[in-house]
Amino acid sequence: MSTEKKIKGQTRNRHRRFDAYQLLFLCLVFCLIALLGTILCTIPENFPGLADTVASLQEQSGVESPVTAVLLNFRGYDTLLEVMVLLLAVIGVWSLTKAPVSNLKTDISPVQMGVVRLLTPVLCLVAAYLVWQGSHLAGGAFQGGAILGAAGVLLLVSELDWLRAVPAFVLRIGLILGPLVFVGIALCCLFFTGELLAYPKGTAGWLILLIETVCALSIGLTLALLFGGGRPEDDVPD
Amino acid sequence: MTYSILTLFDIILVLTLLWLGWRLLGSEDIFKAVILFISFGLLMALAWVRMRAPDVALAEAALGAGLTGPLFLAALRRMNRTRKGERRLDIDEHREEDQGTDSKQTQAV
Repeated sequence: MSTEKKIKGQTRNRHRRFDAYQLLFLCLVFCLIALLGTILCTIPENFPGLADTVASLQEQSGVESPVTAVLLNFRGYDTLLEVMVLLLAVIGVWSLTKAPVSNLKTDISPVQMGVVRLLTPVLCLVAAYLVWQGSHLAGGAFQGGAILGAAGVLLLVSELDWLRAVPAFVLRIGLILGPLVFVGIALCCLFFTGELLAYPKGTAGWLILLIETVCALSIGLTLALLFGGGRPEDDVPD
Repeated sequence: MTYSILTLFDIILVLTLLWLGWRLLGSEDIFKAVILFISFGLLMALAWVRMRAPDVALAEAALGAGLTGPLFLAALRRMNRTRKGERRLDIDEHREEDQGTDSKQTQAV
């Protein structure tokens, strides 16, 4: 009975009483706000930032969009780590539980099936467009990957039969494809130019597009599998 | 600095965001909090557009509202499944009970 009550308390998101922790938390939040306020007040107006530096190096980066240039060329290392974090998240979820399988064997309604048939290709197209557009406008691997992930969630929600038949091995390959290609290119750069992720001259544009494409695929799969909430049934048993 | 109709829009946007954040943190019904979070994400994407950061806006709309929302809903469903037979309705009933006891306590005070 007591554990049941505990569970209920956890899932109910209520904080009525002020205990010591909440007071501490409030103090910390207040300190953070005060700190941010002082920073905001001490920043000189019209602070140039790094925009000019980026703009002057734009031509070397191989892409026209300054955001993509920073994300995948000047600070490519950060993006590599971000992709790794997503991979780690899936590893964590997979090691915790198996994906829940609904026992209800209901037919998919024709309306839902129609929506899936109509939206999935459109979502894939939008994702591809966002990745392609990333070189000169807003967009890129994460945005395209998120759209692909949304398509995956749509398929998962519809509980199509063939989804469960996809072998876990294929999923694993798909998950590591993006990070693997990224790391591979980084190591190749290390070999050819002597620096990690310093693309050889003239190849930056194509390498960035390649990295973005495979990363978008992997990110999309990652997000969809996070929604799946566990390793697939045919994965290695405990 | 020039003021235009967009300034008014910005002010309303910021106020709405703050209000939504307050409501979703204070909400007792987690389902309601998740829905508020999704709408918060969508409006936040709008705020990023106003700050001229379309890349972040795209990511926020797709990840913050589009994927985190369903993730939360899936987690909520699994939480409900672990406590079998206890659904949102039951939570609502208990809330009414609690409110009853709270009011009694205040009366006693």
